[in-house]
Amino acid sequence: MLVTGISGNLGRVVAKLLHRTERVAGIDRRPFVGKPKDVEHFQIDLRKKKTEDVFRKLPVKAIVHMGIMHDPRMSAEDHHNFNVLGTTRVLECAAKYGVKKLVVLSSANVYGPSPDNSNFLSEDAPLMAASRFPSVRDLIEVDMLAHGFFWRQPSVETVVVRPVHIVGPTIKNAPSNYLRLKRPMTLMGFDPMVQLIHMQDVGSALVTALTPGLKGVYNVTGPGEVPLSSCFKELGARPLPVPHPIARGLLSSMFKYRLASYPPEELDHIQFLCMVDGARWRKETGWSPGSSMRDTIRGVLSDLS
Amino acid sequence: MGLSDTIKQGLRQWTLAMSRDDLDERLRDGRTANEYGVDPFGLSLEYALSAVGPFVWLFKNYFRVQTYGLAHVPAGRVLLVSNHGGQLPVDGAMIGVALLTEAKPPRIVRSMVEKWVGSLPYVSTFFSRIGQIVGTPENCRRLLENDEAILVFPEGLKGISKLYAQRYQLQDFGLGFMRLALETKTPIVPVAVVGSEEQAPALINLKSVGKLFGMPALPVTPYGLPFPLPTKYRIYFGEPLVFTGRADDEDAELEKKVNVVKGAIQSMLEKGLAERKGIFF
Repeated sequence: MLVTGISGNLGRVVAKLLHRTERVAGIDRRPFVGKPKDVEHFQIDLRKKKTEDVFRKLPVKAIVHMGIMHDPRMSAEDHHNFNVLGTTRVLECAAKYGVKKLVVLSSANVYGPSPDNSNFLSEDAPLMAASRFPSVRDLIEVDMLAHGFFWRQPSVETVVVRPVHIVGPTIKNAPSNYLRLKRPMTLMGFDPMVQLIHMQDVGSALVTALTPGLKGVYNVTGPGEVPLSSCFKELGARPLPVPHPIARGLLSSMFKYRLASYPPEELDHIQFLCMVDGARWRKETGWSPGSSMRDTIRGVLSDLS
Repeated sequence: MGLSDTIKQGLRQWTLAMSRDDLDERLRDGRTANEYGVDPFGLSLEYALSAVGPFVWLFKNYFRVQTYGLAHVPAGRVLLVSNHGGQLPVDGAMIGVALLTEAKPPRIVRSMVEKWVGSLPYVSTFFSRIGQIVGTPENCRRLLENDEAILVFPEGLKGISKLYAQRYQLQDFGLGFMRLALETKTPIVPVAVVGSEEQAPALINLKSVGKLFGMPALPVTPYGLPFPLPTKYRIYFGEPLVFTGRADDEDAELEKKVNVVKGAIQSMLEKGLAERKGIFF
């Protein structure tokens, strides 16, 4: 089993779930803190030729590809370059070295929030996120590359996993950062329903996706749906409601002068719906999340154990 | 407890005082809510019971709504199809209150709202918490499969912004509701609302001015704003109609079926208009 992005939060979760029963190797340019002894770590950049050496050296049966950057502080160019080129390299190697199974971590964000959205989008809904929010283009491209690979390489069982907002105490993506704020800005008069999933549950879903025979694109939802305001109530935060035209104007000038790390389009996520239907995944795999809604929300702040 | 919580609780008590005692428990029967008190679509029973207080008051004291044939509404999934008028969707609210306070057992009606509602502050949240959903076919299908009661106004925007001269003349019906009814095998209950189409007599619709403010219509009444007058409401629920056939049939075939529904509403409207003695009593 080869795990890309193994040093990240999710990578470590997956490695720990797998290493007792499988031989696990990982690729990540970052060091792997707290690596189990029986896991092999190749500290290389996924985009580089060296990646292929790993496939030459090891009999790779399956890949969990999550070497995908989500850090909102990195520039859009860096994201695009790393995510698209990295994914292309992984797909090339998977086809060339006879890999049986490929699991790609995408995101339910690829559908994009919109006031016109149905409450629960299914897997065949169009990926509209980039129409208003160009900086997620790379994530959509990763999803489409994997989707294309699914059709082009029927010999590889490809599973594209689109989980809802991933949260966890050490996760540094936009939703987790936002939910950790003590005085978060909210948009006055808007309180959309949101879906969250704990990183441990994403880890177990990715492992489930390795089940032989399973292939396709799946939305993966956590324990349910709550209004954004209920999350803040649970976390003891005091939201600061701002009228949305002011918030947009403010954030757009702050972003321009690099005072904010989020572009104003991110506000769509706290204004409109972007929820998905995860029923197909649950029906076909029997998977269910381990954390309750309350534990998932609280999991943003502290470890579950 | 904050001020808003006190107000909410007061409103909820008011709603319950104006309805039958066990409304609260009976609504909870068979509904699923998570530990935060909402269903997957965002409906909060607690919020809804607070929010409908003023509408129950309007139902009883302002529009003095009289309902006929409520027993025709079957248990389980059902599409309520009604005429639409009066500039503000008071007709929808009154049908909702009728099913909430007078139907046995009480039911929560979910209506399909215009897409632009989702972009309005407060309104979007309010509608979501009281169970009203943006009208996409996927949403409607999902709710029907959950055996909910759905209210649709196939006249849409053209209906609600009718001028006074066009009152009770049914506009073109959309076909979408019929496709969904066939697909999900849902009975259709035709509903005729008498009283709503005179509540705000519009003389002219300044569409182009409305557009400047992002509104799809701008009706003007003799007294300016489309404020609803205290007309007497009569709501007629017809016998359920069950249709069979292919959901993906040609438009012409569906139109025949839609016209059956339209005819049922039209004849109930005519009967209601003939029977009443005046607009306000």
